[in-house]
Amino acid sequence: MNVEQKLSINKFVVDEGNPHIVIHQEKMDAEAVKALTVVCPAGLYTLNDKGQLIFEVAGCLECGTCRVAVAHLPGAMEWNHPRPSFGVLYRCG
Amino acid sequence: MADYDAIVVGAGLSGSTAAYCMAKAGLSVLVVERGDAAGTKNVTGGRLYAHSLEKIIPGFADEAPVERKVVRERISMVTDESCFTADFSSSRFQNPASASYTVLRAEFDPWLAGKAEEAGCDVVCPAVADELLRENGKITGIKAGDDELTAEVVLLADGVNSLLAQKAGLKKELSPHHVAVGAKEVVELSSGIINDRFNLNEGEGLAQLFAGSPSRGMVGGGFLYTNKTSLCVGLVVTVAHMAKSPDRLPDMLESFRQSAALKPLLEGGKIIEYSAHLVPEGGIHMIPTLSADNVLVLGDAAGFCLNLGFTVRGMDYAIGSGALAAETVIEAKQKGDFSNAVLCGYQTRLENSFVMQDMRTHKNAPDFIEHTPRMFKEYPELVENIFADMFTVSGPSKLMLKKALPYVRKAGLLNLMLDGFKGSRAL
Repeated sequence: MNVEQKLSINKFVVDEGNPHIVIHQEKMDAEAVKALTVVCPAGLYTLNDKGQLIFEVAGCLECGTCRVAVAHLPGAMEWNHPRPSFGVLYRCG
Repeated sequence: MADYDAIVVGAGLSGSTAAYCMAKAGLSVLVVERGDAAGTKNVTGGRLYAHSLEKIIPGFADEAPVERKVVRERISMVTDESCFTADFSSSRFQNPASASYTVLRAEFDPWLAGKAEEAGCDVVCPAVADELLRENGKITGIKAGDDELTAEVVLLADGVNSLLAQKAGLKKELSPHHVAVGAKEVVELSSGIINDRFNLNEGEGLAQLFAGSPSRGMVGGGFLYTNKTSLCVGLVVTVAHMAKSPDRLPDMLESFRQSAALKPLLEGGKIIEYSAHLVPEGGIHMIPTLSADNVLVLGDAAGFCLNLGFTVRGMDYAIGSGALAAETVIEAKQKGDFSNAVLCGYQTRLENSFVMQDMRTHKNAPDFIEHTPRMFKEYPELVENIFADMFTVSGPSKLMLKKALPYVRKAGLLNLMLDGFKGSRAL
């Protein structure tokens, strides 16, 4: 089973138009970009064919791993908690 | 006049324990939780060592939604082809003071938050504490959306990512060497199948840790815990190592679940949740400033977690720190002084308790684990080779020593001795 199928089992409420994570690829080096594509447990960071880093907020497990992975690069990421009632809702935890 | 004596940010185990203890002592307490209910933003591996909560709510397991009492411990060393497992079960694990239970946080956290509410706390959720309120530099409460709420003291129990502790200048940004990322699946199975498959009686549970190929030789490992009618299976890898991995974490977890060591144990199970969480693993090296005027830092926000490879603990420390934070705030209330002159007593209490004593006892453990990659690759291979030879009959036999020696030489006899010596002093 791939990770997209696993994520589809979870309960999410997407805050349309208000992503709680905003990335700034121009502030990242190649190493950081590569790191984001492998560390995210939900696999939400991907590279398109132009080499642009794409982040898909729907499915975010709110673990903070991406934040830590690029924390040494100022301005690379704005990371906040989703607004109340949005984001993942764990039923097991 | 402040709205409350204390505001607790986060209804996890440290926050709810602190709130419960403060409310029992008659303080006015508000708990703000960002999830729709306590536990809905939380994840554990997970097993709770009962001792610290047992002291606060004796016999808690009789009423709390715990899953199973762990009576069987397994440690496995896994390679792509083989799995060596040590299996230990004991009636000694039945003693309530040293028992441990598997738990699911979306069940357990609401119960503990409910105890705090029963004791008189206000619990508000969902509410995200965005900022600390300050007046002339002094922390006076929190801002949550458009609401401003004031208190004499704010307890930051907002988890490993504690943005507020960072904003308050108490905590540096997390280092990727000090935190691990854990990904977990909850797999539903009937109670009867779990009992049969893991050789358990009703209500009894198993905990299993896997070193070796699950983390592809990186610092980390796999885990499995039995709940009443589900299994928690997952993988934890240090973020610094994961960042350099050629493989994605979700794909590594999937290969682990498809591996010979795990697949038969999950047979017939249905995934009902996929979750992830950061685990503070830096021990004493990542502990922030724990107290300042009108503020304390608790639980995962304070980095109170310890992974020794064979035990992984965080929740019992969270509960311990919550109780000690509460004691300190109760003293501050009695003295009418919420400055750090009184609140620094929290640090002294922690130092005199199992929380900081354990962090100090095992101060070398995080470094040892991070700098001994052989434990995650060469040693599982060594065990594989020795045992594969021992149980293989395909012609003339050789003496054990002759069989084992080449493998020991390959791993390095000196490495083995040194790692054994260092490990026994660090773990």
